[in-house]
Amino acid sequence: MDPQRRHAPLPAVALPAGRVLPVLTAPDPGRVLDTPCADVDPTDPAVVALAADLVATMRVSPGCVGLAANQVGVAARVFSLDVTRHPKTRTTHGCFVLVNPVLVEASRKERGREGCMSVPDFTGDVRRATRLVVTGRLPGTGEEVTITTDAFEARAIQHELDHLDGLLFLDRVAGAHAIHPRTTYL
Amino acid sequence: MPSLAVTVIGRDRPGIIADVTAVVADLGGNLEDSSMTLLRGHFAWMLVADLDVSAEDLAARLAHLREDDLVVSVLPVGHDEPYAGEAGYVLSVHGADRPGIVAGVTGALAAHGGNITDLSTRLGPGGLYVLVAEVSLPGDVDVVALGGQLAALGRELGVGVALRPAESDVL
Ligand SMILES: [Zn+2]
Repeated sequence: MDPQRRHAPLPAVALPAGRVLPVLTAPDPGRVLDTPCADVDPTDPAVVALAADLVATMRVSPGCVGLAANQVGVAARVFSLDVTRHPKTRTTHGCFVLVNPVLVEASRKERGREGCMSVPDFTGDVRRATRLVVTGRLPGTGEEVTITTDAFEARAIQHELDHLDGLLFLDRVAGAHAIHPRTTYL
Repeated sequence: MPSLAVTVIGRDRPGIIADVTAVVADLGGNLEDSSMTLLRGHFAWMLVADLDVSAEDLAARLAHLREDDLVVSVLPVGHDEPYAGEAGYVLSVHGADRPGIVAGVTGALAAHGGNITDLSTRLGPGGLYVLVAEVSLPGDVDVVALGGQLAALGRELGVGVALRPAESDVL
């Protein structure tokens, strides 16, 4: 393991076994991907089941480091994240689901390449903050947590927060030459 | 020295740029700006060169490229002041492919005096159409109102439209 890695796991959450759900891709005729999501009750059993489904769906998708609820068709402010296996990760909070996330602080933007399960044909260069503070609630207990992170985890969280606001990375690309065909899919 | 604008378009093969630049160098010319890309496997190149020959003479020297089914054009260009807006923005448009997306969105920009300084569009194999343009806008444009107008147009066309200030990577 990279000695510069910092592990800062969140309180453990017991989730039921989740279902693997189909992931919506753009252009999405139902426009769920474009719709800002609404806050939900983190202790609601349906939200806990949704959290489990997001983790299960993320797990079976190679290279997937995060999934927002509207990507599986549910317009709720919930996302799952797990950047532990990514080489650009510095700080990691392990595999977690955050409900009703709120961006508190973001600074030190840097350009980086992003992909998305909902945009399988392209990747894009996006400027994102590399220092980030977000708060949110854990599914089940509803406990409020604060996540202070950096590098790749900060980028991934901002990507998911954008999904919950109805935005794709395509809406934030850095310039006319910042979109690339996803050659690994050819 | 006068400038000549050369465009070369056609089926891609190795060596097109080497062939053209060898002719320009042989004529004592100097390359200024150029931009090349591949569009669906087709070679597309525009260049501006400082050359002391006529457009006709350069076209004659490049005539052999036509044997490769390349379309070559040469035009004299002046040293005009470039049109410059005052503020840089990035426009993104994405959605299902359909006729009229580019015309609609760029028409709305042009109506506000917006000038596109760089543009690329892509159609993914899955049917997702993406346009990203770098745009300069006159200083007196109400950017919030323009953004709202573009978003409304996007809803009409069934595409997402975002207009954001360009951010520099310069540290
Ligand atoms: Zn995504």
